[in-house]
Amino acid sequence: MTIDPDKNIRFSPTHRLQWEEAQQKDVILYPEGMVELNQSSAEILKLCDGNRKPQQIVDELERKFETTGLRNDIIAFLEVALKNGWIKQD
Amino acid sequence: MAGSNKINITPPRWLLAELTYACPLQCPYCSNPLDYAKYPSELSTDDWKRVLSQARKMGAVQLGLSGGEPLVRRDLSELIRHARELGYYSNLITSGYGLTEERIVELRQAGLDHIQVSIQASTQELNDHIAGTTSYEHKREVAHLVKKHGYPMVLCVVIHRENIHQMQQILEMAEELGADYLELANTQYYGWAHANRDLLLPTQEQFEQAEAIAQAYKERVAGKMKIYYVVPDYYEDRPKACMNGWGTTFLTIAPDGVALPCHSARELPGLDCPNVNDYSIEEIWTESKAFNFFRGFDWMKEPCRSCDEKEKDFGGCRCQAYLLTGDMYNTDPVCSKSPNRHVVQEAIDSAKSASLAPGEKPLIFRNSKNSRDFA
Repeated sequence: MTIDPDKNIRFSPTHRLQWEEAQQKDVILYPEGMVELNQSSAEILKLCDGNRKPQQIVDELERKFETTGLRNDIIAFLEVALKNGWIKQD
Repeated sequence: MAGSNKINITPPRWLLAELTYACPLQCPYCSNPLDYAKYPSELSTDDWKRVLSQARKMGAVQLGLSGGEPLVRRDLSELIRHARELGYYSNLITSGYGLTEERIVELRQAGLDHIQVSIQASTQELNDHIAGTTSYEHKREVAHLVKKHGYPMVLCVVIHRENIHQMQQILEMAEELGADYLELANTQYYGWAHANRDLLLPTQEQFEQAEAIAQAYKERVAGKMKIYYVVPDYYEDRPKACMNGWGTTFLTIAPDGVALPCHSARELPGLDCPNVNDYSIEEIWTESKAFNFFRGFDWMKEPCRSCDEKEKDFGGCRCQAYLLTGDMYNTDPVCSKSPNRHVVQEAIDSAKSASLAPGEKPLIFRNSKNSRDFA
């Protein structure tokens, strides 16, 4: 499974992305499991809303953090997320 | 008491709510206490809501709704709605017995995130024998309905000597039913399973064969169905990191409101496990004798105390140490460094000779009549 550059990405309907006040971090919740996210991973996943293709996510984050060169890191994380079932491409 | 030194206490993340000990099934490896019939009282709806709120405030986020059979609680939807409002991810751990499509929809609307259905075997005859009820066809139907209504579908099959030969068929059944996750839980020998161990514990050859089949299947269905394989610790040479460390992560509340650091801890002597009717979750978690008992490492005896792996497995399981060696401070006897490892080998040998003996003794099924005999 690899990320298709031409397809929109959405967060998995069978997982939940949620801010945890007690932990002061975002987490992914799924059956009997939880993954704690660092800030950059959480920022990427929040843009996986079914309306953006991979490059649009990169553009948006580079704009938001006023930087360039994020593409490789973001795509690498999206590959991991896809493999773990956190995101889907239809 | 042990572990009285000041230790950095982490907040609970998992709350296991055992809503009731009542259950229509009679599985002979049930993890409920043998003498559960001694504890017939159940917390009220308001009590459970208070417990959920207090634990959530401390940081608990995963909620297991279990039992017994949690579906027998008429206030289940109300509790789930409360849990969803608090931000829990709620997992219903059920036999599926009596679960209708109407109720599946109702629970979904209340905010339930996930339903785990247990199936006892890949054939009707064996499933119904192990469960002690006619339930196989209905469970398959429930699995379809869970999927149909958008829940992630988790099948749980407890593995033991009577069904381990069906490993391949169990995997095929899970795939055919469209399971997103398959939990292959090798029986853990506490409570009822311990009482039936001679009849349930497979041989090492059976384990190895079954594990190889499961591993090969895992690769074949990667990305489609996740397989969780709960290891059979009698055949390991290091113990499991039980509960991720005592009083670090897991909080179990029994049907009558007794708070337990693990769901078997009720069997340990002298813990004086507190009740949610008397204390808040915060008091229970941070101050109670029971939850501080095995926190940290000061309680350990040798060989754990000087072991360089103690921070990895915390000396293994306290309940297993107590059950198999009579001393809950001992190293889990599963560990090859334990001077009591021979008791595990003796259990393996005893089960093997029982399997070869003509006319096996019958399984003790989990029901109130048998439970009263243990009480």
